[in-house]
Amino acid sequence: MVDRGSDDRMQLPPREVEDVMPPHAHSWIGKYVFSQDAKYIAIQYSGTAVAIGLVALVLSWLMRLQLGFPGTFDFITAEAYYQFVTMHGMIMVIYLLTAIFLGGFGNYLIPLMVGARDMVFPFVNMLSYWVYLLAVLVLVASFFVPGGPTGAGWTLYPPQAVLSGTPGGAQSGIILMLVSLILFIIGFTMGGLNYAVTVLQARTRGMTMMRLPLTIWGIFTATVMALLAFPALFVACVMMLFDRLLGTSFFMPTLVELGEKLSYGGGSPIAFQHLFWFFGHPEVYIVALPAFGIVSDLIAVHARKNVFGYRMMVWAIVIIGALSFIVWAHHMYVSGMHPWFGFFFATTTLIIAIPTAIKVYNWVLTLWKGDIHLTIPMLFALGFIVTFVNGGLTGLFLGNVVVDVPLSDTMFVVAHFHMVMGVAPIMVIFGAIYHWYPKMTGRMLNEAMGQIHFWVTFIGAYAVFFPMHYVGLVGVPRRYFEIGEPEFLTAPVDGLNAFISAAALIVGAVQVLFLFNIFWSLRHGRKAGGNPWRAASLEWHTPDTPPKHGNWDELPNVYRWAYDYSVPGAPEDYLAQNDSWVPDGEERRL
Amino acid sequence: MLIVAALVLIVLGSIAFHLSSPWWWTPIASNWDYIDNTLVITFWITGAVFAAVVLFMAYCVLKFRHRPGHKAEFDPENKRLELWLTGVTTIGVAAMLVPGLFVWKQFVTVPDEATELEVFGHQWSWAYRLPGADGVLGTADAEWVSAENPLGVNPHDRFGKDDLIVEGGEVYLPVDQPVKLLLRSIDVLHNFYVPEFRAKMDMVPGMVTYIWFTPTRTGTFEALCAEYCGTAHPYMRGFVTVVEAEEYQEWLQKQLTFEEYASNARAGQSVQLAGN
Repeated sequence: MVDRGSDDRMQLPPREVEDVMPPHAHSWIGKYVFSQDAKYIAIQYSGTAVAIGLVALVLSWLMRLQLGFPGTFDFITAEAYYQFVTMHGMIMVIYLLTAIFLGGFGNYLIPLMVGARDMVFPFVNMLSYWVYLLAVLVLVASFFVPGGPTGAGWTLYPPQAVLSGTPGGAQSGIILMLVSLILFIIGFTMGGLNYAVTVLQARTRGMTMMRLPLTIWGIFTATVMALLAFPALFVACVMMLFDRLLGTSFFMPTLVELGEKLSYGGGSPIAFQHLFWFFGHPEVYIVALPAFGIVSDLIAVHARKNVFGYRMMVWAIVIIGALSFIVWAHHMYVSGMHPWFGFFFATTTLIIAIPTAIKVYNWVLTLWKGDIHLTIPMLFALGFIVTFVNGGLTGLFLGNVVVDVPLSDTMFVVAHFHMVMGVAPIMVIFGAIYHWYPKMTGRMLNEAMGQIHFWVTFIGAYAVFFPMHYVGLVGVPRRYFEIGEPEFLTAPVDGLNAFISAAALIVGAVQVLFLFNIFWSLRHGRKAGGNPWRAASLEWHTPDTPPKHGNWDELPNVYRWAYDYSVPGAPEDYLAQNDSWVPDGEERRL
Repeated sequence: MLIVAALVLIVLGSIAFHLSSPWWWTPIASNWDYIDNTLVITFWITGAVFAAVVLFMAYCVLKFRHRPGHKAEFDPENKRLELWLTGVTTIGVAAMLVPGLFVWKQFVTVPDEATELEVFGHQWSWAYRLPGADGVLGTADAEWVSAENPLGVNPHDRFGKDDLIVEGGEVYLPVDQPVKLLLRSIDVLHNFYVPEFRAKMDMVPGMVTYIWFTPTRTGTFEALCAEYCGTAHPYMRGFVTVVEAEEYQEWLQKQLTFEEYASNARAGQSVQLAGN
């Protein structure tokens, strides 16, 4: 039976939080540089993340040039290749995806969507960005020190990460990497506390937790997870820094490096892996959950239909968040940890597939009997579902401990995690930018450029990562500068690798068009008005577009959830959350 | 409508690629065909789910695309449908997990009749050690490593003196005889990976890890390092040659014991010193 929950959707609880105006900046610097307005901080975070993301994009081109055309480019040495691999991975996961979802979308959308004037701690929020920027600068600096950046792989596994056989291991590359991560975590913690407390404490009158848009549920849950997971990475970085600089042996057993006995002894390399993945697995969902939330909203708005199974969607987000803390060692099936752990972690890992599958069903069922507008955000949302389902399903190979054994450490893993936590969340980021750009600027992004951007990115990325699974299946390990032609290959992989590289170069190139569109549309985009998508959630109902400092004249009252689309009898095909409309013959109960 | 065509083509194209791909795993040479079978089951289940979800989505986009006058249905929840989908998913997941765990139990349970072979990794080559006449491997540790004792065999352990030391990256194994590989490293993580055997495991300095398998056909198989170990990681190659029992015995006779190896090394050193 359909539960329309009409009672709940029309209640207006009493005001719990006092209306406080955030501090007003008076100088130009206070407004635009050291801004304490979450909307500016969001743009600063996103701009910085995209800028460093472009570095990662170029690094991926260089990597693909080597893999697709080995021996052609003299300047790509094995050392350089491993530095590219490492920095590409680290930048994408931490400095781009985490930063843009939480620091970017979190800052912009949380206050607007929950009906707050700003984050609860604006000054700390400003500091968060500046510490993040410092972390990025330290990271960039590592490209310019002797020996270059670390080439330890983004997982930074000791002992190799701090030894001379790895680029930057015996020089300053690894030190700067660890310092940068430590700074990032400090910066994130300041922002993260803000996001969580704002969602819990600053929701406007009537905005109950179960009326929050799923975007906020995704970002909120991811933030809480990040606050719990990043400390594990923090201590791991500090301990490795001590091992490298002070001669402690947290992760270092007795070692003989290239014939020379080192002074380490008694530490455990596997301890680092546990700490790293205790952070690293939740990290996957720290990126995925905001994407889950945002894509739910994109689909609902552009299919003119309520999200199917909202409560189930909320619980799925929370359950995935909780379970993701007890699956970390599925990254370590062949690490040499006690093999009996495999039973536990394979079971928890496959259980997490169930709430994840529910989310996929509910997205598709939201489309069912909808009124689907094939706008650019909707196209990216569809692209997300395809790539996420694909990447999620290959997770069932790698999560199932014994199937993981032959595939582990091969290109199959690389293909899997790029599809599921690279391509899929980035599809959502693009969709979200096309969706919210009009709110941020008052203008629409150019549609024709958007179409080209979507098609090349979607088809291109699939052409990159789908065949890559087969490079792994045939047995090619990951992190190989070159594979040569070993006998076990049932067919040479050169042609396939060249094809993947060509596709990757094209996908990368079209992102330039997207960036151009962002700047071009600032001036030349079609005027958007306040609510071009006719969306129901609060951020589209601010008195000004772009929203001014403080967001609202008078804080809005919220009467319903964010998904009252195509409600029978309603005057329009959506009802804003702050619309107090009731069906004829019913009375509002306060 | 382009997107509907694209979604259908992605499903058909992926299936066609999968079925016609020459890039498939290399023919197996060990007892772990259970792993291959589980992998194939997983391919069928996940492939069916992928096709079903994406095709259903394509159908929705086709059927419910916006047209003038078209309106969406208001349909917030459907408990029965949600429970039903949860149930089916749980069954599908269990169908993959349960056989997987059964095979894992076998994977981690070494049969009693398995012989031992130590695989030794260091930047960036492989060496091997076999128990000598006494049938027991002596203890070893990075602590003992020196020019005349590159594997770090404990010189005070009597079980180690007759151990056979095999350098040069190639080792022989008798066919149809279960073998337990004891994996050891003295510098960084490595991973002894022979694609034909399917089994692999990291070697971690400071501890000994293991895998086991039974070679099922003769031949020479290339060993790679599968855990990133520094700049020359892709060049860390070795060979495992699987032969009949008699040939294996012949090969075994030619190997040096630790004692012989060490005295040769000492002799070599003094020759070198004299030469200087």
